[in-house]
Amino acid sequence: MTDIIEKVKNLSIGFRSKKGEEILILKNISTNIKKGETVGIVGESGSGKSTLALAMMGYVKHGLYTIGGECQFHSSNLLKMKSKDLEKIRGRKIAMIPQNAGQALTPNLKIGYQIDEALQLHSDLDEKEREKKISELLNKVRLPSPETIALRYPHELSGGQQQRVAVAMALAGTPDLLLLDEPTTGLDVTTQAHVLELLNFIAKDTGTSMVYVSHDLGAIAQVSDRIIVMYSGEIVLEGPSRDILKRPIHPYTHGLLKSIPKLSLAGLPESMPGSQPQPGTIKGGCSFFDRCNFSDENCKNNSPKLEFLKDLNTSVRCFNYEKLVNESQASQTVNKIKNKSQDKEILNLSEVSISYAKQKLLDQIFNRISDDNPTVKDININIKKGETIALVGESGSGKSTILKSIAGLLRTKDGLIRFDENRNLSSDLKERDPNDLRIIQLIFQNPDESLNPNHTVEEIIAQPLKLYFGLKGEELKKNIIDLLQKVRLGEFYTSRYPRQLSGGEKQRVAVARAFAAKPDIILCDEVTSALDVSVQAAVLNLLQQLKEDFGTTYIFVSHDLAVVRAISDRVAVLYQGRLCEVGPSNDVYKFPSHPYTEVLLGAVLEPDPDIKPKLVAEDIVEERPPEKGCCFQGRCSRIVGDICKKELPPWQLTDSGNAIRCHIPIKELQKEQF
Amino acid sequence: MLFLIIKRILLGFITLFIVSIITFVGTEVLPGDACTTYLERQAFGEQLEACYRRLGLNVPAYERYVSWALNAIQGDFGYSLSGEMPIKDVLGPRIKNSLVLASAAIFIGIPIALILGIITALWRDKLPDVAISTVTIFAMTIPEFISATLLILIIAIWLEWLPGIVIVPTDVSFLELLPNIILPVVAIAMIMTAHMARMVRSSVIQVMASEYVQMAILKGVPYWKMVFKHVLPNALLPAINVVALTIAWLLGGVVVTEVVFNYPGLGRLVIESISNRDLPTVQALAIILASIYVSINLLADLLTLMLNPRLKTLQIRK
Repeated sequence: MTDIIEKVKNLSIGFRSKKGEEILILKNISTNIKKGETVGIVGESGSGKSTLALAMMGYVKHGLYTIGGECQFHSSNLLKMKSKDLEKIRGRKIAMIPQNAGQALTPNLKIGYQIDEALQLHSDLDEKEREKKISELLNKVRLPSPETIALRYPHELSGGQQQRVAVAMALAGTPDLLLLDEPTTGLDVTTQAHVLELLNFIAKDTGTSMVYVSHDLGAIAQVSDRIIVMYSGEIVLEGPSRDILKRPIHPYTHGLLKSIPKLSLAGLPESMPGSQPQPGTIKGGCSFFDRCNFSDENCKNNSPKLEFLKDLNTSVRCFNYEKLVNESQASQTVNKIKNKSQDKEILNLSEVSISYAKQKLLDQIFNRISDDNPTVKDININIKKGETIALVGESGSGKSTILKSIAGLLRTKDGLIRFDENRNLSSDLKERDPNDLRIIQLIFQNPDESLNPNHTVEEIIAQPLKLYFGLKGEELKKNIIDLLQKVRLGEFYTSRYPRQLSGGEKQRVAVARAFAAKPDIILCDEVTSALDVSVQAAVLNLLQQLKEDFGTTYIFVSHDLAVVRAISDRVAVLYQGRLCEVGPSNDVYKFPSHPYTEVLLGAVLEPDPDIKPKLVAEDIVEERPPEKGCCFQGRCSRIVGDICKKELPPWQLTDSGNAIRCHIPIKELQKEQF
Repeated sequence: MLFLIIKRILLGFITLFIVSIITFVGTEVLPGDACTTYLERQAFGEQLEACYRRLGLNVPAYERYVSWALNAIQGDFGYSLSGEMPIKDVLGPRIKNSLVLASAAIFIGIPIALILGIITALWRDKLPDVAISTVTIFAMTIPEFISATLLILIIAIWLEWLPGIVIVPTDVSFLELLPNIILPVVAIAMIMTAHMARMVRSSVIQVMASEYVQMAILKGVPYWKMVFKHVLPNALLPAINVVALTIAWLLGGVVVTEVVFNYPGLGRLVIESISNRDLPTVQALAIILASIYVSINLLADLLTLMLNPRLKTLQIRK
């Protein structure tokens, strides 16, 4: 048993509520981390996974306290250790790679200093050697020109670079155990794949054990040997990662895997009902009881124990796991969506350019925008009534910018936005009449910020009804309840405030508010990316249902290609504010495709250990689009020559109606690269 | 960077220009003028005309503004009405006195405020925090005219340690003034320190809860090193602007305190010249106070810009 690095024994952590009750965040957790292995801890927000990871470093957040149990690192309990001794272990023996490196690096200290600090604390190197070591570390995490990076401040780096710096900092003390708390959440798909690949390389190279905490089964699948699934503070399933992903024998994991949209499957995944209970609300019985399809009377009254199944090498907390043993994940069913779009054009963007450049005085006087190289340029899209068109691309691709212009929040520089063939919507909000505003509604990414915290659900939904239709009294009330029912929320929600709702419920209220205006077009800006996976599927299904009922047109912006695959009829791929490819989603997801689409598709992480991401292009961040030539020239791995740098590529049409803007002939593009 | 500084200084001058016009117009549209006030019931006919000629009030307003502004730039604000003294001679000692009072309050108050703020934040919800926070909230809520009066009652009248009000001439030497300023300084410093300590406390607590501080702890950085390297530089940045506003407020004359203690500073001069309808002095004071506010805020902004790497690069990139 010497190869066990850290042993968590019967660990319970919690806080005291205002009423004096002890509320548990972690309930009696026991697990071991072995030398050289990578353990993935997966769970939705509120499952206690981050608390567990921090406890493994002997750190308990302000307001929480240890109720029982211990975290043994080399046979000493970290949770009882004095802070002096902890300082010697943290960063040296156990290091942390944080979720959001942008916020975890101290803003007023240079990168080099922050790494140097770790070296000073945890090594005996002198100044010269440390300087060399910093360069070495930055090199190891594949940052370009380490010497200049070391002199920069954190905010001067891109998100991916910041994350790499955090990795370098963690490696400075040559730790035995690395804890990673959602290290790739918030990064672009391509960057995320690159960082994961780097972590895999480091695990092999240094032989460190890793604990990888994430809500993303796709990322977990790529790195971990063993997976621990957590649900409301308990371990519900633990075992070798392949077994967990291929044959999940706990109903929660089973449902979770089913609710993740896959690239290979068009259509909406099945959703799981309900959401994770708040800590302290479960009084007895299985914590997953409410949402379980396999539950019976026994589950309601007794809490199952974590049971180790020798022949499956897996621990499971469920009375009825046997029902699931024979079922495999492959039986995923999707609700195929029918393309209901009509031939009638509802919105037309022609030659649209949008610029963020600051207006010079002269331009302000003449009320014009002059910018030769605007953020978004030459966008031509026809949107048909009733279709769902998705705009995809990395951050900075201009997808949200285009949405803002359609909504009237941003002025266009050039081009026309036409509604219903004759109504001109190129102007911004101030110049649109109420009806123009009504026909286009927005649903935002984060319902926490888009719903007024001081308004009740009733007031939130009443606003568009009053504004656009002048409803009052009984009629207003009836309409509100009607809308709430449409988004599957009961009447009793009317008097609640947003803070009393879960993430999924909040987003439903936001959806109801958008539909209250009876719009023709709804703009969805990353509507599911702030939601948990199991809730995401439910919201996607809801959106689809509402669309079928009302015949609404969706313009759907997302960075998640699998989600886009699930819901959209057509996809437009954007890079640096320029269109690369537009076509029916079935065709965009198949060859031939634009080299950039290939990069995006290759980087998607699937919750399947057998599907590895393919890294085609470097994850460089380009500040500005190139002045001339193809927009993707800086990162393209298939450049055919000078023509890519000099000439704007032509639009090429495939037989199925997919338009690709590339110099490479369609036939060539057809050949798969890898 | 240089461009930015120049731009900010120019903006400062524009602000002052606007303030000067507002005060000038303000004093113009008010009924009555210097001569009617000076001559009182004799303000008619020949005498009034003569006064207008003597004071140069018979030329159009814009001409008077220009000549006044040109002189003001050179530090000559003309004559005050009461006693017909040059305003700059009236202002000189008053400014000096206010400076003495303000700097004493600043040198005592700011360090104490910082220390108390940091202590309360680091020992949040523990005994030191509870004790200090209770006191600071008290000090904050008691209006200065009450605390000043209480100070006079206790220290000056009951204990007879220090003089209760200032009855020395305006232009005494610093040493003679010293015992007189102790009570006013205490009264001002109390309220100012309490405000700033609360500010510093919440700022430090906010930074202590940040992810980068958690990261520093998890990196194994010893506690005090973490406090001085990772917490304080980031927590005290927003304090700079508050400190600047406080200094401007102090220099601009802590009117109430000066009146209570009969202290011969700018604040009392403001009150006096308003009640005497001494418009030229009011004008001069408005300009001087405005320039104090503008220049101190400018300094604070530049300081923040220099200390905050984030803002620095942002501005340069633009």
